[in-house]
Amino acid sequence: MTHKIELKDHQREIYFFRLRLFLSVGFAGLLLFALLVRFFYLQVLRSDYYETMAESNRIYVVPIVPNRGIITDRYGVVLARNYAGYTLEVTPEKIADMDQEIAEIGKLVEIKPKDLRRFKKLMAERRSLQTLPIRTRLTDEEVARFAAQRYRFPGVEIKARLFREYPLADVTSHLLGYIGRINQQEIDVLDKAGIAENYQGSDYIGKTGIEQSYEKEMHGVTGFEQVEVDAGGRAVRMVSRTAPKSGRNLMLTLDAKLQQVAVQAFGDYRGALIAIDPSNGEVLAFVSKPGYDTNQFIDGIDTESWDALNNSPDVPLNNRALRGQYPMGSTIKPFMALAGMYYNVRSPTYSINDPGYYTLPGSSHLYRDWKKDGHGRVDLFKSIVVSCDTYYYGLATDLGIDRMHDYLQQFGFGKKTGIDLEGEVSGLLPSTAWKAQRYKQIWYPGDTVSAGIGQGYHLVTPIQLAFATATLANDGVAYRPHLVKEIQHAANEPQPVPQPLFDLRIPPEQLALVKSAMVAVTQPGGTAVGASLGAPYSIAGKTGTAQVIAIKQGEKYDAKKVSEYNRDHAWFIAFAPADKPRIALAVLAENGGHGGATAAPIARKVMDYYLLGKLPQPLPASAAKTGTQSD
Amino acid sequence: MMNARQLKQRIMLHMDPVLLAGLGGFMLVSLALLYSASDGSWGRVAAQFGNFMVGFAALWIVANMPLHWLMRIAVPMYVLGMILLLGVLTPLGVNSHGATRWLNLGVATVQPSELMKIAVPLMMAWYFEKNEATLKLKNYFIATVLFLIPVGLIVRQPDLGTSILIGASGFYVLFLAGLSWRIIIGAGLAALVSAPFLWTALHDYQRHRILMLLDPSQDALGKGYHTIQGMIAVGSGGVLGKGYLSGTQTHLDFLPERTTDFIFAVWSEEFGFIGNLLLLGLYIFVIGRGFIITANASTYFTRLMAGSITLTFFTYTFVNMGMVSGILPVVGVPLPLVSYGGTAILTLMLGFGVLMSIHTHQRLVKT
Repeated sequence: MTHKIELKDHQREIYFFRLRLFLSVGFAGLLLFALLVRFFYLQVLRSDYYETMAESNRIYVVPIVPNRGIITDRYGVVLARNYAGYTLEVTPEKIADMDQEIAEIGKLVEIKPKDLRRFKKLMAERRSLQTLPIRTRLTDEEVARFAAQRYRFPGVEIKARLFREYPLADVTSHLLGYIGRINQQEIDVLDKAGIAENYQGSDYIGKTGIEQSYEKEMHGVTGFEQVEVDAGGRAVRMVSRTAPKSGRNLMLTLDAKLQQVAVQAFGDYRGALIAIDPSNGEVLAFVSKPGYDTNQFIDGIDTESWDALNNSPDVPLNNRALRGQYPMGSTIKPFMALAGMYYNVRSPTYSINDPGYYTLPGSSHLYRDWKKDGHGRVDLFKSIVVSCDTYYYGLATDLGIDRMHDYLQQFGFGKKTGIDLEGEVSGLLPSTAWKAQRYKQIWYPGDTVSAGIGQGYHLVTPIQLAFATATLANDGVAYRPHLVKEIQHAANEPQPVPQPLFDLRIPPEQLALVKSAMVAVTQPGGTAVGASLGAPYSIAGKTGTAQVIAIKQGEKYDAKKVSEYNRDHAWFIAFAPADKPRIALAVLAENGGHGGATAAPIARKVMDYYLLGKLPQPLPASAAKTGTQSD
Repeated sequence: MMNARQLKQRIMLHMDPVLLAGLGGFMLVSLALLYSASDGSWGRVAAQFGNFMVGFAALWIVANMPLHWLMRIAVPMYVLGMILLLGVLTPLGVNSHGATRWLNLGVATVQPSELMKIAVPLMMAWYFEKNEATLKLKNYFIATVLFLIPVGLIVRQPDLGTSILIGASGFYVLFLAGLSWRIIIGAGLAALVSAPFLWTALHDYQRHRILMLLDPSQDALGKGYHTIQGMIAVGSGGVLGKGYLSGTQTHLDFLPERTTDFIFAVWSEEFGFIGNLLLLGLYIFVIGRGFIITANASTYFTRLMAGSITLTFFTYTFVNMGMVSGILPVVGVPLPLVSYGGTAILTLMLGFGVLMSIHTHQRLVKT
């Protein structure tokens, strides 16, 4: 009996056990099925995604930076080039103690305090995971020495790459500009333009000048190398390679030699000079003095050198030719004369008697001529030759400021010339409307009087004045001033030919009159008498003086009494040969005093070299001294 | 004198050919995969072959042990295991990679937790068998304590993977021994209810670690790296796989621990979904055989023992495949019978030896 019950219990027990075992099997089956579903999801439904992930794990795309286009002058003289060299670069993220690391590196490769200062500045501005150069231009010996100890410096590497160099940096600084390390702002700009991808691997971008305005052409197209890497990032093999396309070379309109002659001609003067071929707008020389060494900007300038440049009273960083705004002084007179004839306010034969001053009707205020006793009888021709202020006080009053504005605007004053450089400013060409808007004031007749001799509100940039001079030289047919003559191109690619911007249709007899007066300016009796002395070609010119400080009524300006930086600026505009101009230029000598004395000789040296191939010699002693002290 | 045939019969006497075939299949898979995972070098392949040989030898010995022998060694083995496990806490414990799991015995360094993988279910099965006639709630409680103490010690080492496996093997014994449903459900509910309270009681860093286990992408270059690279390897294998020896994740070093815990990712990458079906099939074959042996086991002790061994083997498989394919946190459980490692194979083979012993000895009894 008991045995029977035990047996029954045993079977019951087995039954319950098998039930539980069965549940366990079900449980296991369910979980294994879940695994199966997971595999299906990963390997069938989403396999494309994970294949891409595995591929991007495996394939590393290495950008190959294209060679930047080189820049030459119109005759092939190299102005910006690339050379191969080595830098020592540091990835700050990989280095725990930077000072210690630099000290260690310094034992192998010389690191000057200047390098260190520049490096600190780069550290402050850097982007994450960017490598920064601690030393540039390593010698072969230094490369060998560091390479042997490389293993001790994870995060420091020698990079071979092309460096930019400006052989004539000091004289070409303001037109070529420079490239420098790309900053975050520039990345944002590139991103917006949708070309950031082309800058993968590029560390440099044009910052100013031609380097900036032709960045797109000169950068080239970045190539790519697909490399298979292992998890440690070591390249295992190359998968594919898309070669980079080098940037295009630029040939400038500039004549490098002429540029050097021009810079030299300035001597110690600060200022600007732009020489243009009037027949097509090609800029032959573009000087802003002083220049500076652009090479030091490429890999980041150190703070001390930067401060020295930035705080210099000579403001070398200011591009005077493009961005300097000055009163144009008497250089306005040929344009005023044309305006007078255009509006029939002055005929060529009309003359005044100049007592040495001008008064507005109903006012006792004397507007003085630069010549105390006056020039006597003055007609249009003579007004230019002797630069008679009284004549233009009256002409301006008769024209009125708004007609002056309208006419001068046609020559490009008051707006950008559109030269192929960035950062140009537009100067200021005043009018009643402008004054009402800017100062909420009415225009006073007195404002017009001084505007007639290029003083007062009116401001021009040297490039504007050179452009207007070239337009005048070319009989009113204007070409946009430009610095790039040719962009390297395929043989069958059409190149743009300069087209006239506008034609002022100045009556020939009026042009001839003004031009002949400008020729007389450079001859005995003119304000720039020395300018054409001994020249085998004829020069048309006009002097000008831009006041830096206002002279009080009844007081006479005395250059000796005012400090150097407050002396008047000297202008000279010219073109030659006068009958068939090949060169037109505007020269500004800051604080140079009188245009005929300081600016004209500079212009002469430039024209001599350009037209005669003559390297400057000291001008005849009489040149500067015997000119009538005038304006 | 025995002739060849008799010798063969004698050797195969306590072997289960079906299970043996499955285990042999695993050996081939393991050796082939190790060859690929170690980039064609034979070092680990040869060593693993040695591991299998030792394992098969141990299996043969255990399979030939009569069942009452197993019963007899249960208690001494458990006590020895516990002593060694406590020894890890003494200065004799060896710390490596932030975990103290090993014990330096002077002649050799052993990992007591591996011994417990067999000792714990053996002890519990023995305990239930002893008290079969008078099973009360008290006995289940004592059995629970018997496995929770070693589990607690192993968690502290820390060794999450092993403690999960031992905890699971203990729970399976309890469950198969007939633990009341009310208690199972009650304990489950209690765990659910107390979870939020436990969560708030944890330190920030502990919570952080748990969250990291659950969402590896939060730490893609740290702990999450393993899981992410594993999933990429599995997923990129696609339906047919990249081909033997052609897995890019494997051969370009992206896959961490590819000869040990993540060897399944190598298989998945090179053989794809189809390969996974086949491998899963092999596991189901072995697990299924284990279930059949369990179902046919004649005593309380053998049923519990066989069931626990089979279910633990399943758990091993599920946890490893789950963590490699990203549905379970990475807890450090190898792929049973495939991952490189002598101790794990030895322990597993001992388990299968017990299964064979159970199967063959009772058959002998019956006939």
